[in-house]
Amino acid sequence: MVNEASSKTFQEKNIYDSSKHNFRQLLEFKEVWQYRDLVFFLVKRDITARYKRSVLGVAWTMLHPLGMMVVLTIVFSQVFRVSMVGYPAYVLSGLIAWTFFSQTSSNSINVLVWGGNLFQRIYVPRSIFAISTIITGLVNLVLSIVPLIIVMLVIKVPIKITILIAPVGMLFFALFSLGVGLLLSTIGIYFADIVEMYAIILTAWMYLTPIIYPITMLPDWAQYWIRLNPMFHLVQFFRDFVLYGTIPPASSWLLCFGISFIVFIIGWTIFTENSDEFAYRT
Amino acid sequence: MNLHTEHDFFNHKNSGNEISGKEIITLQNVSVSYRVPQEQIRTFKEFAIKRVKGKVKFQILLALNEINLEVKKGEVFGLIGANGAGKTTLLRLVARVMKPTKGRVVVLGRVAPLLAMGAGFHPELTGRENIYLNGALLGLNRHQIDERFDEIVEFSELGGFIDAPLRTYSSGMNSRLGFAVATTEMPDILILDEVLSVGDISFQEKSKERIERFQREGATTLLVSHSMNMVEKLCDRIAWLDHGKIIRVGEATEIVNAFKDFMKVE
Repeated sequence: MVNEASSKTFQEKNIYDSSKHNFRQLLEFKEVWQYRDLVFFLVKRDITARYKRSVLGVAWTMLHPLGMMVVLTIVFSQVFRVSMVGYPAYVLSGLIAWTFFSQTSSNSINVLVWGGNLFQRIYVPRSIFAISTIITGLVNLVLSIVPLIIVMLVIKVPIKITILIAPVGMLFFALFSLGVGLLLSTIGIYFADIVEMYAIILTAWMYLTPIIYPITMLPDWAQYWIRLNPMFHLVQFFRDFVLYGTIPPASSWLLCFGISFIVFIIGWTIFTENSDEFAYRT
Repeated sequence: MNLHTEHDFFNHKNSGNEISGKEIITLQNVSVSYRVPQEQIRTFKEFAIKRVKGKVKFQILLALNEINLEVKKGEVFGLIGANGAGKTTLLRLVARVMKPTKGRVVVLGRVAPLLAMGAGFHPELTGRENIYLNGALLGLNRHQIDERFDEIVEFSELGGFIDAPLRTYSSGMNSRLGFAVATTEMPDILILDEVLSVGDISFQEKSKERIERFQREGATTLLVSHSMNMVEKLCDRIAWLDHGKIIRVGEATEIVNAFKDFMKVE
């Protein structure tokens, strides 16, 4: 598209031609890789800026799920009179997984839908902001494994070596969450109300996932239907490693990989196809 | 530099339109239209009903309408016109922030991100941390920022404040830092939305010198301004935009005079 004479003074990589946007999906991958240092600095910003003025700092990442766990344990044992062995560890393992998903997916929607000012001033691959939100969430998720281990030690739930494979479960969460975030923020360009609606959906979704209650509490027909909820499988997969100390069967691996990967691909494809629209929001 | 790297994956697939070597910025039949919803839609139900009935009406706002423009290498090119003429939209197209709705924009070379001066600055982070974050947003990688770090600090005259959080900076310090990061590398194209006035008089002098040095070394400048004296003094050529169309393109004095006459008549 440019003859040789002109490109002498310009490096070829600095040629921009708006008429070329084939294979946006692949180009976006490539650009994200080029901007990988930006991901690092954004994650660093999110983590340091959040805690800089608070006294306890990063400890809040661990204290928050612990506090939730205490509240829920009291509510369930005293109010609902549900007794379950090792309930605090059960609810905590579910909560940290759920918190990761709900925070990262809604944060990435917020940053993409409302982060408009930046998008109008400079070009960076927009998915960078969703990716760095997810990675920030992963850092917090890894940190919140610490209080889980402490709780398990205190209530004498045996800690198994399989906890070391838990990152696989986290990776599936990350892919799933990124896919959901990208998909919903693309909808958000055209219909901003989705941001508010998603907050409500998340609340309902949490109660439809066995996070704070054991699935055995549900009647049989409900246990059947709940299998349609992808988060059910992902949370169970994660709990197998960190809580039950078992390695899930191959079918679970395949199912969880399939769910998260397909959701990610759908979100990525639709997002990159429409990402130029973000600058049009004024 | 990794900025503006829509890479030619498909170099072999040459498009028909030939672009000769001298034009550093080329706009071919470029239109940009914004879709503005005409009426307030209050609820999702209302939206869904209207959507199904095909009654969601959008007003098409043509910010740019069939623009053809070529800017040559080394030129200082001005854009003038009333508010809403499409000047800023045109700058955004060249900066790659926006894609044209129709037509083609070709930019050869790196654009200095002066539109993005101080982009992503966070008040709780130190000056040092902000340099890295801002630099990365502008497409530099860690090593490139490492190399330029001392120069940036020196130019911005921040000295001992570099490790203090940005919220303690004065607004002058803030914009000095933004300018220093944005111009740390010699660009091929400078985009200026209004003539820069950063910091105090001595810093303004310093930043002007830096921009003039870029221009001497062959950078092309795209300047938007409402100050006719400035534009006439600085620019080689000018395009006069009105309601998304180019009224005239030509030598600076000629266009400025025509524009002034026109404004008087109005």
